Amino acid sequence: MRHDLKRIAAAKVRIMISTDTDILTTAESWAKSGRSVALATVIETWGSAPRPVGSHLVIDGEGNFLGSVSGGCVEGAVVEEAVDVIADGKPRTLEFGVADEAAWKVGLSCGGRIRIYVEKVN
Amino acid sequence: MDLSILAALNAERATRRATVLVTDVAGGTQRLVKAADIAADPLAEVLDKQLRMAKSAMVEVDGKQIFLTVQAPHPRVVVTGAVHISQAMAPMAKLLDLDLVIIDPRSAFATPERFPDVTLMTQWPDEAIATLGLDAYTAFVALTHDPKIDDPGLEAALRSECFYIGALGSRKTHGRRVERLAAAGFGAAGTARIHAPIGLDIGAVSPAEIALAILGEIVSTLRGPRRKPV
Repeated sequence: MRHDLKRIAAAKVRIMISTDTDILTTAESWAKSGRSVALATVIETWGSAPRPVGSHLVIDGEGNFLGSVSGGCVEGAVVEEAVDVIADGKPRTLEFGVADEAAWKVGLSCGGRIRIYVEKVN
Repeated sequence: MDLSILAALNAERATRRATVLVTDVAGGTQRLVKAADIAADPLAEVLDKQLRMAKSAMVEVDGKQIFLTVQAPHPRVVVTGAVHISQAMAPMAKLLDLDLVIIDPRSAFATPERFPDVTLMTQWPDEAIATLGLDAYTAFVALTHDPKIDDPGLEAALRSECFYIGALGSRKTHGRRVERLAAAGFGAAGTARIHAPIGLDIGAVSPAEIALAILGEIVSTLRGPRRKPV
């Protein structure tokens, strides 16, 4: 029983360190330390999406990132787009889903669809 | 996003105040609405609704796609009384994702053996609450039946903006409590904030059922009223 409680506590710590608040705090501190920063946010989901609306991913100009918008499926593609957003400063909306051939390749295999808003922090 | 908006959002969050970031997805324009300014906002109704649910969402306003990033502080329940009801409340609060703090100066009651994994404070309630602070995302519950312990907590709660105040006891007990609070300078509008008899009226008998009734009332106050009357 005690062991279970410890496991639950450990799981809670893992969830806490990746909360969206911490992502936004990270985005602020990265930007204030002079790194170029983009923020990606899940703005819509359809079907079974791995991360809820409002989930964030913070990306810097060198492709370092923290957080999650899909549990790993499309992060690579989002990071690539984020580097472009940092370069031209224009926000854009990305959509991934099984209906999209390219998106299938990057792997949202759960069958859902997600829309992600990517913007530069400056 | 403007760095000053992000910094303001994080600052509000750090002090346990709610905000909604309003983003026009097509145009890229943004503004931050603080909880205190929601009532006067053109989007007041939808902002309030999303804030109560603590859920970010896409909404359509005048044909425009607007994304609302909702930042709601984590709700907290502060209880006076390390008693049977609060023992039953502890695992339920954990399941409901409510942070529980139990205050009881009787250190024989407030022991980690009786309350594993719960934040316990053995100071007097006024002292403990001065350290904790009670805000708009805190519920205060008085469970000791002892005015020496409950009253200082209730007085602190009434002076705060906490979203829920409840006190255990019959109507008669509560009547005497209201008289004491009135003598301490609290008007009728203040004491009317106290839910007493405490909890949803589910005919609760056991400590666990009373804990359920109280937590049900807290959740309903936090989230409601969302259902429109028929």
